[in-house]
Amino acid sequence: MPLYHDEDQAMLADTARGFMADEGNIAKQLRHWRDRDCPDGFGHALWKQMAEMGFTGMLVDEDDGGLGMGHVEAGIVLEEIGRNLTPSPFLTSSVLAATALKHGSNDLKGRYLPGLIAGDSVFAVAVDETAKHRPSRITTRAEKSGNGFKLTGSKSFVIQGASADMLVVAARTSGADDDDDGITLFAVPKNAANMSHDALRLVDSSMATHTKFDGVDLDGDAVIGEVDGGREVLNAMLMAGRIGAAAEGVGVAGGAMDMTVDYLKQRKQFGQLIGEFQALQHRASHLYSEVEIARAVVIKAQQLLDAGAESAELMSSVAKAKVAKTAGLSVKEGVQMHGGIGMTDEYDIGLYMKRDRALQEFLGDAYFHANRVAELSGY
Amino acid sequence: MSELETFRNETRSWLEANCPAEMREPIRDDDDVFWGGRNATFKNDAQKAWFEVCRDKGYTVPAWPKAYGGAGLTAPEAKVLRQEMSRIGARPPLSSFGIWMLGPALLQFGTEGQKQRFLNEIARGEIRWCQGYSEPGSGSDLVSMQTFGEDKGDHWTVNGQKIWTSYADEADWIFCLVRTDKDNKYKGITFMLFDMAGGGVTTKPILLISGNSPFCETFFDDVTVPKSYGEDCPGFVGEIGRGWDVAKYLLGHEREMISGMGGGERTAAIGTAMKRHSAKTGDELDPALRADLAMFDVDALAFTAMAEKFMDEMKSGKGHPAQPNMMKYVGTELNKRRHELMMSVGGSRSLEWDSEETGGGKPSRGWLRTKANSIEGGTSEVMLNVISKRILELPGS
Ligand SMILES: Cc1cc2nc3c(=O)[nH]c(=O)nc-3n(C[C@H](O)[C@H](O)[C@H](O)COP(=O)(O)OP(=O)(O)OC[C@H]3O[C@@H](n4cnc5c(N)ncnc54)[C@H](O)[C@@H]3O)c2cc1C
Repeated sequence: MPLYHDEDQAMLADTARGFMADEGNIAKQLRHWRDRDCPDGFGHALWKQMAEMGFTGMLVDEDDGGLGMGHVEAGIVLEEIGRNLTPSPFLTSSVLAATALKHGSNDLKGRYLPGLIAGDSVFAVAVDETAKHRPSRITTRAEKSGNGFKLTGSKSFVIQGASADMLVVAARTSGADDDDDGITLFAVPKNAANMSHDALRLVDSSMATHTKFDGVDLDGDAVIGEVDGGREVLNAMLMAGRIGAAAEGVGVAGGAMDMTVDYLKQRKQFGQLIGEFQALQHRASHLYSEVEIARAVVIKAQQLLDAGAESAELMSSVAKAKVAKTAGLSVKEGVQMHGGIGMTDEYDIGLYMKRDRALQEFLGDAYFHANRVAELSGY
Repeated sequence: MSELETFRNETRSWLEANCPAEMREPIRDDDDVFWGGRNATFKNDAQKAWFEVCRDKGYTVPAWPKAYGGAGLTAPEAKVLRQEMSRIGARPPLSSFGIWMLGPALLQFGTEGQKQRFLNEIARGEIRWCQGYSEPGSGSDLVSMQTFGEDKGDHWTVNGQKIWTSYADEADWIFCLVRTDKDNKYKGITFMLFDMAGGGVTTKPILLISGNSPFCETFFDDVTVPKSYGEDCPGFVGEIGRGWDVAKYLLGHEREMISGMGGGERTAAIGTAMKRHSAKTGDELDPALRADLAMFDVDALAFTAMAEKFMDEMKSGKGHPAQPNMMKYVGTELNKRRHELMMSVGGSRSLEWDSEETGGGKPSRGWLRTKANSIEGGTSEVMLNVISKRILELPGS
């Protein structure tokens, strides 16, 4: 398969670009909700529109009412979300949770997927427990109790946790904190008793929670996949999420770069356009090269994942790390090359810097993934 | 089975039967490379046998048409052959600037007579070519070059000096940029082809920091260059005065070729080999060095994907025409970084300049050689200039 979009994918990219630029742009969404101090951090109306566009259920199998598309397609939407800094539940709901639910019972799918596809429901994912992503260690426990389980523990960095109709929670049903086995994934409904959210606004104006489970009673049918066999589902969900986050990161990197290159062609100092200064030209050209490479490794990872290739695992970490570094470079160079105006709230380049920071941290930063590349390569 | 799969199977068994074991060993030094030419000698029988069997099958230049000494392979077939050769570590049977540079220029701009003669000579390893572009005063600013050919009717008389002419002292013929019109900067250069043994050409090797001297200063004193070598076989490529077009085309081609070095089809993380290497010397990877290796592997593996995407896009005509400049820039910078890391992993052992253990200072000489990667064929700074101008369309550059 060639490493570029086929005709259908190119058409989808056109559609997604137009839609996100019109409806998901910074003024209409990010600034709008931020300036109103919206407790969700995103707009439900846009989520509904994204459902009408067919985006929300892209990754859901056709048998379950979705479009049965792959990660290349989801990545196309995510890149435009990144470029427009569009706050939406797409990555967590339509990519992460939807991937987990593929492993769920028909009953679970029937309960949750129609709402997702219709853009009525929002899902969150609760994996991290400390300030850094470390899914190898899961201490939140689900003890057998009657026909079901009792969930105790706490999670952090749960994006849109307080807005979610359902949370995918990774918990330990047996073994020690660092064991690979003994993990189970649960679909925890919104109004579960003894679950509490401490909702916080993050640097990028998105909302996340520290969520406490204080003996939350769950039915046996809340289990996604097999009891004690959740590691595989968790890994599949994380891999999809990381590759998705990388695609969004490419959009952030590209959006910030485009703004910066435009600015180099407008701003004059010393009687000339600043884009005529070779010092800036070289930095912009270096940035361009990095963004191109980031885009290439992301589509490579997407194709490998869609093909079910074993190397998708390694490439997902290469992609997440490469994009984290690249988008980081793009926003930093962006702010610097804008000069003073780059530091103002009124100007959008700073918003890219904030979003990038949050996205870098989500599901493992460049250090986490470079280390994982080394481990997977045997050193 | 698809035709391509059949071809793969055939190729595999052909290679199995014909590629000698010695020719599957990694290349250690320049002696292991067969360059061809009038004065060529083989290092051993295996090198000779491998070259001859490939020559006879057209596999020295597999993708060139059969009429010009190639095997006429389609692009997918050529890719299969490359993959199968790299699978068993087969060395290229013949290396030369004729294959990499002059050949592609002739295929694009040459007359039928030139192709019949020169391409066949190249494919059969009979004539070794060198590239005469750079001059002492004209490197990055190549178009300012001064070597002059005075029009004498049926020939030119060429005077001037080239520099950094790789392997000029071992080459038979030179493809050379010569000014034929002093008043026309861009349209006053002719791309000439001539025999270095024809009189008036002297070469003087230059010693490099790696201790090798693979390139020369080349002097021309009243060198006679015929305008024609016979029917339909001019002594220049393209049109008189339009040599810059040919040179530019070739530079693009050269950049593409060099850009493959940092990525290509190599997919293994270098950290894996480095850990094995340090275990052999009884060392352990320092955690900070391991971290640098990991960051390098992220960049290198990502670039491998870029190289694949680049090739796919080139084939379908999708990529930006100036994209080879980006590939050259990133590929060569990565290769330099790779050798820096290899030196660090190797420690004091890699400092040895001519010990047997290091194959005659291979690590240190190789490391020094890579520093030229971002200079030869257009410097990194020049690549960035081109990206700025042609891709980002920044002003005044
Ligand atoms: C190993 C090797 C093999 C070679 N083989 C051949 C060969 O076979 N035939 C041949 O003809 N030539 C060959 N060359 C020459 C090569 O093409 C030149 O060295 C190269 O083009 C740079 O020219 P220069 O050395 O004159 O450096 P200069 O052009 O003088 O550059 C010096 C420095 O200035 C920078 N610089 C120059 N212009 C600009 C600008 N506009 N903006 C920003 N920075 C700039 C450069 O990037 C560089 O860092 C070879 C070189 C090497 C190292």
